[in-house]
Amino acid sequence: MDLARFIAKRLLRLVLTVLLISTIVFFVIRVIPGDPALLIAGIDATPSDIAAIRAKLGTDRPLSAQYFDFLWKVAHLDFGNSMISEEPVTALILQRFPLTLALAVLGMVIGTVIAIPIGILSAVKPWSAWDYVGLVMSQLGMAIPSFWLGIFLLLVFAVKIPIFPLFGAETLASLVLPAFSLGFARAAILLRHTRASMSEELSKEYIIAAKAKGLTDRMIKYKHALKNALLPIITVAGIEFGYMLGGAIIIEQVFSLPGLGRLFLYAIYQRDFPLIQGGVVFIAIVFSLVNFAADVLYSVVNPKIRLE
Amino acid sequence: MDESAPLLKIENLNVRFSHRGKSVHALRGIDISFYKDEIHGLVGESGSGKTVTATSIMGLLPRPSAEIISGSVFYKGKNLLLMPEDELRTYRGRAISMVFQEPAKYLNPAFKIGGQIEEMVMLHMGLSKVAAKARARELLKLVGLGRDGRVLDAYPHELSSGMKQRAMIAIAISCNPDFLIADEPTTALDVTLQKQILKLIRTLKNIENMGVLFISHDLGVIREIADRISVIYAGKIVESAGKESLFNKPMHPYTRLLMLSIPDARHRGRKLATIPGQVLDATSTPEGCLFAPRCPLAEQRCFSLTPELVEHEKGHLAACHFAGKSWNL
Repeated sequence: MDLARFIAKRLLRLVLTVLLISTIVFFVIRVIPGDPALLIAGIDATPSDIAAIRAKLGTDRPLSAQYFDFLWKVAHLDFGNSMISEEPVTALILQRFPLTLALAVLGMVIGTVIAIPIGILSAVKPWSAWDYVGLVMSQLGMAIPSFWLGIFLLLVFAVKIPIFPLFGAETLASLVLPAFSLGFARAAILLRHTRASMSEELSKEYIIAAKAKGLTDRMIKYKHALKNALLPIITVAGIEFGYMLGGAIIIEQVFSLPGLGRLFLYAIYQRDFPLIQGGVVFIAIVFSLVNFAADVLYSVVNPKIRLE
Repeated sequence: MDESAPLLKIENLNVRFSHRGKSVHALRGIDISFYKDEIHGLVGESGSGKTVTATSIMGLLPRPSAEIISGSVFYKGKNLLLMPEDELRTYRGRAISMVFQEPAKYLNPAFKIGGQIEEMVMLHMGLSKVAAKARARELLKLVGLGRDGRVLDAYPHELSSGMKQRAMIAIAISCNPDFLIADEPTTALDVTLQKQILKLIRTLKNIENMGVLFISHDLGVIREIADRISVIYAGKIVESAGKESLFNKPMHPYTRLLMLSIPDARHRGRKLATIPGQVLDATSTPEGCLFAPRCPLAEQRCFSLTPELVEHEKGHLAACHFAGKSWNL
């Protein structure tokens, strides 16, 4: 299979994923209780007022009509207008997205910088000090909820020792603490994967062959084993990055950052159907795109995958 | 250097493996000499210590489970077993090289064949990147992979198993080694490919004047390629002789039984011999000859008196109380 066909196949999968997510979110928010028309109309509204609002929102139409209309618009990246602010959902999302993206990217960078080197050293020198550091860090990372870590970091590094701002998103410095809270838990998982992958590669036969070739220890570990070990890590990192985009929602609350998370959370409080739908589908698209990119990258560095 | 002196000499090599309190005596005092421009076949059943012999020479015994109890491996007067790792590394791949049984596993899947050759000649021979590439191309041609330049830029999975083995041989001989160890290099291949690889190894031996240790469980294969043959049983050499001498006059009953178990087109319909019993449990260390429990000739003294490996005829050594006498199975 050549690269073009491989990409086409993965793109098809991406489209199917987004379709499935769109369908699920469409029906789920209509099944849960709460009518947006009632929320908008307020407690004094007459039944005719409510009916008028429903007609305006389009929620009086048959579910199937609403569904296909929704899908058609999704295909054009049009999620309609917010029921509350009446602004286009796509515009609202794109306005908030850069901050969330910056947070996730920074979280990923911090996570990777911690996880990959320690994971590699843990595998190369099992039961060494590095391995214990890695073990403790990954246990902590998996055990500590990111919001707790966020609050803790705020208390220490913004209140007690005020090196970082308490809230706001004006400077890069203000993103450090939230990105670290976000990246730390993900680093834990990435670290375990890196260690497992690296130690698996180090036990492979080609390592013995590399020794028989008289290569230096450094070449064997950091060239021969490492390249093979990092291949599966690309995929894991892609998934982790996707999770960070989602995880940012909570962290944005903790640090009062005006990102996507807060936008969606308010949308849920207010039963803003188009905004909720748009938000979930948007996250799904970004998540799929990241994984798609990771898959393509993986296949470029490892041509073997395309044949399988 | 004296031409008649061995290129590489193993003396009284004892290796033990320990794992979870159990210990296995893998080599029980091996003595073999390898000469320049000679293919030395080492034949024996699985678990008899063939690969352990090879990995001992290379200094690649798995640590800490393997322990060298005694013995030496002399190469050009130096004992490789006492050599510090950093120094030994400069011999590996450069002076002494190895080809493995399953090329699919022993080639690095993430690097191109060309690169896997180039890194070696750059390291050991100090070639530049350009010169290394030229050397890689030349080597691939030498092993019969040169018809197109494709192999140079191919990943191992893009090659057939025969091509992979040829590529591994190209890697092994890339620095003109004095000594090549081929550990069952044809076992994973079908018969046609087997023949081709055997022919290739012989051709390369003639071009490079290398000493070759060729390991196989298959006496038929050994017969085809080796100039000299050593038979290993339960971690001990039981017989060692030139090919003609060994096949014309086997002195150890185990060797004779191995020969009877080779299918021979000239004797179609002959029932193939099997050797009763199993290879000695390597955890035990019995008195006397290790083959005695399976030997049709065994008598009282075989179970108490250990036969030494001695020269019975010129260049023909055997470790059997019956060696040099006439016997029939």
